[in-house]
Amino acid sequence: MLRRTLAKGAVALTTAGVIGGRQAVAQQDPVEIQFWHGLTQPLGGMLEQVVADFNASQQRYRVNATYRGGYGETMVAAIAAFRANNAPHIVQMFEVGTATMMAASRATKPLWELLQQTGVNINFDDVLAGIRGYYSLPDGRMASMPFNSSTSVSFYNKDMFRKAGLDAEKFPTTWPAVAEAARKLKAAGIANPMTTSWPTWLMVEQFSAIHDIPLATKGNGFSGLDTELTINNPLMVRHMQNLIDWHKEGLFRYGGRDSAADGMLSAGECAMTFASSGTRARIKKEARFEWGTAMLPYYDDVPKAPLNSIIGGASLWSMNKGASTGRSDAEWKGIAEFLAWLAKPDVAAKWHTDTGYLPLTRSGYERVKASGFYKENVGADIPIEQMLRGGGTLTENSRGVRLGGFAEIRNIIQEEMEKAFQGQQDAKTLLENATRRGNVVLRNFERANRNG
Amino acid sequence: MRKNVIFRGKLLPLLLLLPQLVITGLFFFWPAGQAIWSSMLREDAFGLSSNFVGLENFTDVILDPTWRAAAGTTAVFAFSVAILALSVALLLAVQADKAIRGSSLYKTLLIWPYAVAPAVAAVLWLFLFHPQIGLIGRALSTAQIAWDYRLNGGQAMLLVIVASAWKQVSYNFIFFLAGLQSIPKSVLEAAAIDGARPVRRFWTVVFPLLSPTSFFLLTVNLVYAFFDTFGVIHALTQGGPAKATETLIYKVYIDGVENLNLGSSAAQSVILMLIVIAMTVVQFRFIERKVHY
Repeated sequence: MLRRTLAKGAVALTTAGVIGGRQAVAQQDPVEIQFWHGLTQPLGGMLEQVVADFNASQQRYRVNATYRGGYGETMVAAIAAFRANNAPHIVQMFEVGTATMMAASRATKPLWELLQQTGVNINFDDVLAGIRGYYSLPDGRMASMPFNSSTSVSFYNKDMFRKAGLDAEKFPTTWPAVAEAARKLKAAGIANPMTTSWPTWLMVEQFSAIHDIPLATKGNGFSGLDTELTINNPLMVRHMQNLIDWHKEGLFRYGGRDSAADGMLSAGECAMTFASSGTRARIKKEARFEWGTAMLPYYDDVPKAPLNSIIGGASLWSMNKGASTGRSDAEWKGIAEFLAWLAKPDVAAKWHTDTGYLPLTRSGYERVKASGFYKENVGADIPIEQMLRGGGTLTENSRGVRLGGFAEIRNIIQEEMEKAFQGQQDAKTLLENATRRGNVVLRNFERANRNG
Repeated sequence: MRKNVIFRGKLLPLLLLLPQLVITGLFFFWPAGQAIWSSMLREDAFGLSSNFVGLENFTDVILDPTWRAAAGTTAVFAFSVAILALSVALLLAVQADKAIRGSSLYKTLLIWPYAVAPAVAAVLWLFLFHPQIGLIGRALSTAQIAWDYRLNGGQAMLLVIVASAWKQVSYNFIFFLAGLQSIPKSVLEAAAIDGARPVRRFWTVVFPLLSPTSFFLLTVNLVYAFFDTFGVIHALTQGGPAKATETLIYKVYIDGVENLNLGSSAAQSVILMLIVIAMTVVQFRFIERKVHY
């Protein structure tokens, strides 16, 4: 199956090359656009359906969507293909790869340039600020096409809340209140009151954004590669020390790196979890109890908290074929047309309601709201409302994070957290170590990309 | 006295050797050369800019505390795996060598785990020891033993050692069994007549006679623990928690594939290559010579 697709793709590529030279024939044979993505089922199938709809809507371009493994694997595959002069036209890149893609200026074509060159128009004024900001350059021009964005929220087991005598309809809004609820849950015999997925994303990145404190200098890395981590700050130390103490007290349980803890809530292993808003579909499918969604907690004595949360997920990048090979105008045009298709209000709205990812635009959100979707799917609007918390205007600290080698830095922070939860270090040492090791990664990235 | 036969001409022997030479060159020397070359470069992930930095990647690696920690982890891991796998295999082989009923079935069953792929082996162990879904893991939790290898470095290490050793026991078992069967009966009988009891016979006769096999296996097991345990570690712990099970080979993968730090990753693999060369030389030059047959 795969081989056949590959062979087809190869044949198509050669024909596409011929067409580039002979414009007259171009009307009959569609230009092939290779699109590599990293979404597993059922999301991958939904993505392929969007692509099929695009292909059916016109004859000039044909987009081939191929699954290349998870986000990390897709990134590695695209980079390897670029080095072998055979990169895909479009690649889906997770948010932590943004800085890497942006620094590789000859490998990618920024979205603003692509649109300008092809004359295709996508209106970004209406796109949710939190999404637009994450993928734009410091001057506001778009670097890549936001596609599947999620944010993170709290999920909780209402049955367990009732058992502990807590109000099941009201999730605690502040961290001290969360700890109090956890104590009551523990007293009611619940072994693991809370856990978290994506420890770095939730407890460091989201935490910093919501409390309006910088994660790194240079506007969280947006305005320069010479950025340094600033996570060793009093508020971060306070929160980490709380987590460590709660872990010792048995209120918090570390469930593993990245998405490892995703299944704990739906399996009835814990009462509260903090996870990607995309976990909703899984909880809905697996949970055999009444559950609820709520916004992420904060410390209410921090003056600017709570601000909007930041996004995760992935965006779409257009790539050159290789370091020395470009693409024909027809190919660039096809890429732009496809990206514009994704931004169409009805396509974007359907993607949002089908998958649970954030809606792309504010007007799209209003439309879905008017259709009564959120009345039937209670809590599905919490992520969006949380994105708009604090008025929806972003600060330098709440627009996102752009660090080179970010995947590595995330792991470094997770490793240091693991050490702390094993009782080997306190919050201060944790953050000192993470900062020192993270800065080494940043310096290496800066050095490798200085001339790039 | 043997008479040396000398073939004339160089073309025919070269021609006959050619396929092997091509394969060796293409699949061994070329990639190894590539690794050595990239170990002296510093480049971005896309290969758009690369600078020659000489041996800087090597000094960085050696001065990196996480690399040195990984080297320590690897030493502990490799020797534990080798010793555990060797001793269990020897025990099983000695038992299987006795005249017992159904010994061929017993032997066949013992060889089976070798046919299990490392990743599959790891998944089997996962189903046993995962704190939430594993049979034994859950039993331990019920028994109020704080078992969670995802957060306890010691437990994680224990788990990957046991899983990796289990995989290697079969291989060692075959060699030990063959070694035991090649010990002449007459020697053992002579010892028995001299009044040596089975335990004494084992340590004074059998064990020394097995020493070439043991040393060969020791090298093979160390190399196995160094290089072939990637699948087990990847499936069970991903090198965690907090790098507790990150061996050198796993670090090469993490730095090269996940962190896209190609220069450092290449330098680390060159160092690993040197370690293996050294181990093989030690095996052939010194140990084989000193072992009494």
